[in-house]
Amino acid sequence: MRNEWLYIGVFLIVAIIVPLVPLGFAALVAPRKPNPTKRLTYECGVETVGDAWVQFKAQYYIFALVFLIFDVETVFLFPWALALNRLPMFAVTEGAVFLGILVAGLVYLWRKGLLEWQ
Amino acid sequence: MNFWNDPLHFLAEQLTAMLSRWGLPTAWITFIEFFLGAMALIVFAMVLDIGLVWVERKVVARFQDRLGPNRLGPFGLFQPVADIIKMVIKEDITPATADKFLYNLAPVLAAVAVIALWAILPLASTIYGADLNVGLLYVIAAGALGTLAVLIAGWASRNKFALLGAFRMVASLISYEIPMVIVLLVPTLLAGTMSLRGIAEAQRSIWFALLSPLACLIFLISAIAELGRAPFDLHEAESEIVAGYHIEYSGMKFGWFYAAELLHAFTFGGLLAILFFGGYTGFFGLEKLPAFIWLDNPFVQAAVFLAKAMVGYWVIMWVKYSLPRVRIDHLLAFNWKFLTPLALVVLVSTAILHRALMEAPRWQYGMALWLANLVIAWITIEILRAQARRQRRHQRAASQRQQTAQEQTV
Amino acid sequence: MTAEQGLFLCAAAFTLASAVMVVSARRLIHAALWLIAVLSGVAILYALLQASFLVVVQVVIYIGAIAVLFIFAIMLTRRQTDHDAPSRWTRRAPAFLISLLTLGALSGIVLAFPEAGRLPPPMPPDLDAVNALGAALLSPTGAAAYAGVLFHESYVLPFEVASVLLLAALVGAIYLATTERRRRES
Repeated sequence: MRNEWLYIGVFLIVAIIVPLVPLGFAALVAPRKPNPTKRLTYECGVETVGDAWVQFKAQYYIFALVFLIFDVETVFLFPWALALNRLPMFAVTEGAVFLGILVAGLVYLWRKGLLEWQ
Repeated sequence: MNFWNDPLHFLAEQLTAMLSRWGLPTAWITFIEFFLGAMALIVFAMVLDIGLVWVERKVVARFQDRLGPNRLGPFGLFQPVADIIKMVIKEDITPATADKFLYNLAPVLAAVAVIALWAILPLASTIYGADLNVGLLYVIAAGALGTLAVLIAGWASRNKFALLGAFRMVASLISYEIPMVIVLLVPTLLAGTMSLRGIAEAQRSIWFALLSPLACLIFLISAIAELGRAPFDLHEAESEIVAGYHIEYSGMKFGWFYAAELLHAFTFGGLLAILFFGGYTGFFGLEKLPAFIWLDNPFVQAAVFLAKAMVGYWVIMWVKYSLPRVRIDHLLAFNWKFLTPLALVVLVSTAILHRALMEAPRWQYGMALWLANLVIAWITIEILRAQARRQRRHQRAASQRQQTAQEQTV
Repeated sequence: MTAEQGLFLCAAAFTLASAVMVVSARRLIHAALWLIAVLSGVAILYALLQASFLVVVQVVIYIGAIAVLFIFAIMLTRRQTDHDAPSRWTRRAPAFLISLLTLGALSGIVLAFPEAGRLPPPMPPDLDAVNALGAALLSPTGAAAYAGVLFHESYVLPFEVASVLLLAALVGAIYLATTERRRRES
């Protein structure tokens, strides 16, 4: 089994090198005529107004949080799905309880209106 | 073992024998073998990627009732070569205030996130990179890398639109990851393993798409959202926020974002094929008949897999070029209020039925699972229709109130 | 020095160097990215121990969710030109002393184990670790008779309590986030 991750390690190293080759080639071949206007950031053709930062919108953070909780939940469910095949029906109810508690959380969020974009 | 039955192991053994005759230590031999294997797969993926550029442009042209590239080479087959040459020789305009290292890291990360998937994709029962026993979670992990690439690209560009686009894309990516992971539990359950090769092998007698069509559908929808393709491509909307997180990228760096997206789409087509349509196998037991024994040949299997992956990719393109863009609030509401609960219901019902009918005769098992999906789909449609009826009634009442108010003022 | 030990040393060095960069980076966003490097270093260490499930869980949860959450928080609350105050390395001597003492204490604890310094025993070839984990989490008798893994402790109750813990975390974090939102809107 160690061989699997060793292979994946080598694979990833090659995978990192492969995009760098055309980029390196392009760095050598592509023309280089910088001038200040070209290097300004794009803002629909006008001069940039203000520094680049995004208005704080709590909703982004809330979505990330909800995602985190449900991600951890699904990670717990993978061993459950595999163990189901060998264990009695009891295991299904255990998983259903686990899911049910977190579905209660989702319903709570829904009723609180935290899943709205605005 | 000969070349036709087990190509990779045969070649590996020949190579090992040759190299050990030259006196290289075992660790080096292993490393060289792994390196060559990885290079072979990655080169194959890259060549495929180049072909996909042509496929994409031809298909979109046909959907839009025009011809597509047909000047360069027969049927325009050399068009991708021209595209690549164009991207390499374009000037690379880096914004002056961009964060240099992160700016250059993002396209590489996006490409690596997609290429990494090919390490565990089984092209045939004996042609694969690594048979990881946690293959499905590895797929999710590669998706996480892609999410990071988007965030880094948006931030490093020092551009309001890029950052906004990146945020929206990441919000959409992480939201749609949840129903996808939940639905990925269904093939895990049915096959009893997380390994992609194991899931494909478990479908020798029946496709999982037949046992759980809803799971297949939900996976398709989530996959399209994960790819950042229409109808979920608000962050790339050219008419709205001008190409989103890769506004400031030009030349080959943009080329890598584009190439990564195409390869990602094809890879997900391949994943759809493996998880729900049998991948390189899935002949409903036909290969056991003596006349069809050639169906077990790895090269035939690889061809079958690539054909199925191409069909999956074609479906993804079909959706892209037929449906209008979805608004961001609709997109997120659709995910959290519809897709996630539906995925959970599908998972629990499949788990219960699978466990309860594990010893039952196969046809009962199959019928029960398929019927359960039908029932869930029917109930969902009924709920949606009831909601729509309620909404229409409210609208009618509201407009009637408006009318009577107008009449009174007149 | 076997190849395995060499790999371990490289991975450990990478992780430690990234950890030092996390606390000494000038911009917060760079610190977050160095944190991602640390987490991947830990994932590599898990891979060296053949704990496949933990590797992917580390990447999916830590890098894919928690690091993304951190980066969201940083990007939403900082202007891009913010040069956060460079970490002031005052009080270096006490910090160094405390770190040394902690290192000494931890090393003492680790070296007190009888197996310290020896290579881990090879895994039984037909062990499917994830299956065993599943059985341990769900079966009332633990992962009994799972190809070389035989422990009769069941983790059913912690498994269920984990979901309650997640629910509590969810409700708590949402409460904090919404008070912030209400405070900003009022």
